[in-house]
Amino acid sequence: MKNKSLVSINDYTKDEQLRILDLAEKFEKKPVQTILKDHVIASLFFEPSTRTRLSFESAVNRLGGKIVGFSEASNTSIKKGESLRDTILTVANYSDLIIMRNPIEGSARFASELSHVPIINAGDGANQHPTQTLLDLYSIKKTQGTLDNLHIAMVGDLKYGRTIHSLVIALCNFNTTFHLVSPVELKLPSSVKMHIKENKLAYHQYTEMDEVLPKADILYMTRIQQERFSDPLEYERIKNVYNLHHDMILNTKDNFRVLHPLPRVSEININVDKSPKAYYFEQALNGVFVRQALITSILGIA
Amino acid sequence: MDNKKVKELKVSAIENGTVIDHIPSNAVFKVIRILKLEAFENMVLFATNLESKKYGKKGIVKVSNKFFAPEELNKIALVAPLASVIEIRDFQVRSKTIVEIPDKIKGIVKCFNPNCVTNKEEVSAIFVVADKETIRLKCHYCEKITTRETMEFR
Ligand SMILES: [Zn+2]
Repeated sequence: MKNKSLVSINDYTKDEQLRILDLAEKFEKKPVQTILKDHVIASLFFEPSTRTRLSFESAVNRLGGKIVGFSEASNTSIKKGESLRDTILTVANYSDLIIMRNPIEGSARFASELSHVPIINAGDGANQHPTQTLLDLYSIKKTQGTLDNLHIAMVGDLKYGRTIHSLVIALCNFNTTFHLVSPVELKLPSSVKMHIKENKLAYHQYTEMDEVLPKADILYMTRIQQERFSDPLEYERIKNVYNLHHDMILNTKDNFRVLHPLPRVSEININVDKSPKAYYFEQALNGVFVRQALITSILGIA
Repeated sequence: MDNKKVKELKVSAIENGTVIDHIPSNAVFKVIRILKLEAFENMVLFATNLESKKYGKKGIVKVSNKFFAPEELNKIALVAPLASVIEIRDFQVRSKTIVEIPDKIKGIVKCFNPNCVTNKEEVSAIFVVADKETIRLKCHYCEKITTRETMEFR
């Protein structure tokens, strides 16, 4: 994987993805090291995303690496009209690897073709966010002991959620049974369902959670955003239907875990947080180990 | 065949060059643009809204003293999927081929996604043809699908 940019989850084969997950496990056991001490990592956030940026920067810092870059575009030459092309060509001279988040879709692919140092896509608009997918896979594997043959329920906005689309595509390698719970207007797009069918896997669609909960190994919750609804009353109704309470998870399997890419709004009641089945905060922490594994693999030092 | 030859003569025959027939009437100008014939210096003849038994109305383009590479011609399959290409030498038909939609398309179609990097930076859109029948073009950059309905030419 040396020097191989990660723009889209499909850029890495199943084996390459598994290798990152194995390596992440080693970093979880020993997250503070000095193996990045001779490396400079650029962190270019053209739009703010504190959560993702801190996770990447924490991953680099704990391994002794140096970070250059910016956390939003407003104080930089980009504001003065510099093209992405020029920014990337310049920064590639100052760093060994570039982590980039940019609201323009396809910007990460474009950057990876221009830059002589590898690029990690930390989100390009509504398109891809592959490190989220890797940390989701890691979290599933860690809580279930395997990625194979699981029943995975996905709940919320399945139409616009890029996190969901990438995760579904990645899970198609592991004989997953998908349980898709969403309002009718926010169903998983047919292009993603086609991918499930092509892999000869099963999916079931629902509009309410109740039926799914006892079957699921993983419940992956996502936010439903108000702007997806033209009718505010419909949004209020949906918001109440897609709200996980502590009582609802009492009769779930022992290995059942709740995941969420965070930040949440109202879809998981805080009374779920205390349950040993709530895993979303650990999930976020796993992002650090996965990013450590990814960065060191790409730099060829792990 | 003879009958058709007569019809072609109505538009005026060419001695050497390429005849592109069976273009949908509304696609004639697009074909001219895709093949960059606006800047071409030799004679170019075209007609639209000709009667065709098979297609209702059709268009035709004749380009004198010019023979195209298949890759070049295949680009027009996006707007004229049933077009036939006839090469003429000394007023004689030398070959007749049918265009084919290429696997990859670069530079001629715009990505329909306004937030795509190809609409923001100096870089041409590249598409992988995901479905040749219904024409679904997957952008190499933003990964969104441009369809026949949303297709615009540069
Ligand atoms: Zn695009």
